[in-house]
Amino acid sequence: MSVEWYLVLSALLFSIGAGGVLVRRNPLVILLCIELMLNAGNLALVAFARAHGNQDGQIFALIVMVVAACEVAVGLGLIVAIFRRRLPIDVDELRELQG
Amino acid sequence: MAEVFFFLAAIGALAGAIGTVSLRNPFYTVLALVVHLLSLAALFLLLRAEFLAAAQVIVYVGAVMVLYLFVVAYVGGADDPLRAAGSPRLRWASALFAGALFVELSIAILGTGLTALGEEGAGYFEGFGTPAEIGRLLLTDFLLAFETASMLLLVAAVGAVILARRRTGLEDRQEISVGDLMRSGSRDTLTGGEAGTMIEVEGPPGR
Repeated sequence: MSVEWYLVLSALLFSIGAGGVLVRRNPLVILLCIELMLNAGNLALVAFARAHGNQDGQIFALIVMVVAACEVAVGLGLIVAIFRRRLPIDVDELRELQG
Repeated sequence: MAEVFFFLAAIGALAGAIGTVSLRNPFYTVLALVVHLLSLAALFLLLRAEFLAAAQVIVYVGAVMVLYLFVVAYVGGADDPLRAAGSPRLRWASALFAGALFVELSIAILGTGLTALGEEGAGYFEGFGTPAEIGRLLLTDFLLAFETASMLLLVAAVGAVILARRRTGLEDRQEISVGDLMRSGSRDTLTGGEAGTMIEVEGPPGR
């Protein structure tokens, strides 16, 4: 398989994730769509690592996974805090920070 | 043979992604993402990233997704209300934006001057992407990134605990304010019988 296929697949997955972030309103699902986008980026990184025969891209993807895990931990903590305060779990209703 | 596996994994990844975006129930959304991540691990294997594929399965599917499932169960996996009535135009604009993004990325990928992208990829040596090689790189060339990642994980864990804890205020006798202890400790000291008991920890009685 040529590397182009992997890159096009990664672009498609990234677009699907971006569309999901725009369409969905549940912050949990938006976090999941961000995961989709991060993983699409990971796929592109690993594909480039394969194209160059160099493992640096794989290390980069590993660090991206760490950052994604951190983002999940903080994001889920925020969602639990929102739930505890009896606020609606809906990004359209949570607009007090909008100014 | 690699083509067959690639298309199987790609179809799985696409189906998982579409399911993640379109399913109403957050519980099923998480399960669709699990399918997506497993297919992606298969793609990583095809790209000779063995360690990354294993980490994907263990860290993502094993740990992060379980965290998601716990939060969905805690918050209540109620169905997302279908409130498209107010903004069907916005929804179409979002889909249009995603499509435009894909077209743009595809033009960038297919129209690139990098001729190597049309090939199978450069040659790889024995042990490419194995845990031993990745570990060697992490502890030599990328030590700074490795240590920074550990620090970031620690900060995120502490932040998540502080964000998600119960806020009950200092009226709760479980929480101890050192400032209160210092202030009141100068006025009335503990009697001998109380020293060494739990009253000492909670501060003087009658506070």
